[in-house]
Amino acid sequence: MSIALANTAQITARYVRAFLRQPYYIIGTLVQPVIWLLLFGQLFQRAAELPGFSSGSYISFITPGIIVMSAMLSAGWSGTSYVIDMERGVMNRFLVSPVRRSVLIGGQLIYQAGMVLLQSLTILGLGLLVGARFSGGIVSILILLVGTILLGTAFAAFSNALALLLRKQESLIALNVTLVLPLTFLSATFLPVNLMPEWMQVVARFNPVNWAVEIGSQTLRSNIDWSLVGVHLAWLLVLMLVCAWLSIRAFRAYQRSV
Amino acid sequence: MDTISSLSQLSPKTTIDAISRLAVQTEGLVKTYPGGVQALKGVSINVRQGSVFAFLGPNGAGKSTMVKILTTLSRPNGGRASIMRYDVVKEPGRVRRVIGVVAQKSAVDLEATAAENLTLQGQLYGLSGAGLRRCVNSLLERFNLMDARNRIARTLSGGMQRKLDVAMGLIHQPQVLFLDEPTTGLDPEARADMWREIARLSGEDGLTVVLTTHYLEEADHLAQHVAIIDHGEIVVEGTPERLKAELRGDAIQVELASAFPESDIRAALNSLDGMLREIAIDGRVLRARVDSGASAIPTVLTTLDSANIRVLTATVARPSLDDVYLRYTGRAYSQAENKEVIR
Repeated sequence: MSIALANTAQITARYVRAFLRQPYYIIGTLVQPVIWLLLFGQLFQRAAELPGFSSGSYISFITPGIIVMSAMLSAGWSGTSYVIDMERGVMNRFLVSPVRRSVLIGGQLIYQAGMVLLQSLTILGLGLLVGARFSGGIVSILILLVGTILLGTAFAAFSNALALLLRKQESLIALNVTLVLPLTFLSATFLPVNLMPEWMQVVARFNPVNWAVEIGSQTLRSNIDWSLVGVHLAWLLVLMLVCAWLSIRAFRAYQRSV
Repeated sequence: MDTISSLSQLSPKTTIDAISRLAVQTEGLVKTYPGGVQALKGVSINVRQGSVFAFLGPNGAGKSTMVKILTTLSRPNGGRASIMRYDVVKEPGRVRRVIGVVAQKSAVDLEATAAENLTLQGQLYGLSGAGLRRCVNSLLERFNLMDARNRIARTLSGGMQRKLDVAMGLIHQPQVLFLDEPTTGLDPEARADMWREIARLSGEDGLTVVLTTHYLEEADHLAQHVAIIDHGEIVVEGTPERLKAELRGDAIQVELASAFPESDIRAALNSLDGMLREIAIDGRVLRARVDSGASAIPTVLTTLDSANIRVLTATVARPSLDDVYLRYTGRAYSQAENKEVIR
């Protein structure tokens, strides 16, 4: 067991090292969400004037949403590292060693969680800088981070599973294009749910991205709705575990095809 | 075959001893890929501990499939296989601890340094601390990679990356090392280096080495036991010496000026009355086996000349594994290679 834990940390360290050696990747990971925040913050600024829009400032409203969206956008590419490892034979080298499949997945998801956290804190800092204010306080921000990390790692695990099954970078592009933006628009990222068409409101209820965004919207409330937070966090945790399990299973499918 | 036939002559007690000295044992391994491609059609081998065993065959013959099954990456559809008496399907965890694997394609993490590659590999086998550091350094030294220690693997030459692959396969001191085409794509100097290293591994370290190769001279040079594999079946196996000794006499090869009908050539050679054996005609190349090449060549040339079949070159060769391959598969090795590559 202690070897499994040590191996998990060592796999995580491998990704961290590679990340730190790619300056462009670091810039991309951190700068892109900043652009989203500033662009969307400006573009939809006057949405805050709509009747039914409860919170006063749009930048405060959109900052948690951009945090969630950015987590999805970067987690979707998670499988890329698996595609590269498969192409280079590194994956097969790992698979014929005694390391557990769950450790390979777990170590990489911890790295993904760290990335999501780093990215979220960057956006949060910039949001505060340009005027976002969170009346929910530090507790609501912590909840937002937990929810975002759960959603991000769930989606990263899904991306890994897809990479192992299809073994092509193209499949990940398709995943990101067809899932991330639609799911984001079907959530309260840009507009509160009560301003959406009726059918979208129904869909949003079953949309994991919206679960995370609604957890994030607690940052705007002075009293946190703990029952909503509890239920959404629980579902996100279940989703994450299911996706992680799927990606561990996907190793079998991969090994059948080599 | 070699081992099986010798086993059957032994008493029960010694038979058990002999089996326990086998590092790799397979019986009727079958692998069918989705889509019905039969990569292995019932392969049985025995590899003695401490020996070098070579699978020789063209690309697509089933060599890599064999290695993937023996190293627990892929599962067979039939038959059984064991490494150090651990079943590869039922006890993959135990098998993984006793094997080292160097895959056909380099498996170096190009974004990490040589030392980081080796260290993580050791950690996956549960090594840690000062012991692991010692292993990493001694392997870097042994494979002449000390200068590459802190260099990102992407910047290393192909030969150096290949050495790093082998070093990684050895970090946990395995009992059986699998080398899937260890020298493919290496320049002659790097290949000679690798050969020296492989010879040393089995010699000094008493390691069992199972290698696949499509270089005849590699199998001849390194292996104590060669199995020629073609279309998923072992066509012949034995020591290189024995395989070559089975071919009586010399091989002659005659290159014709142009392609003549095969029947014409055979008709012309008929008059030589059994002097030539195993005549094979591939386009403009005529191959045959004779008791003594030096005395046969003039006669063959005169005979062909009188039948108006013009000859460009004629060569005599002592038997090589190439001839063994030709004899058992019915086609020249280089030809089989080309065909597979085109496909």
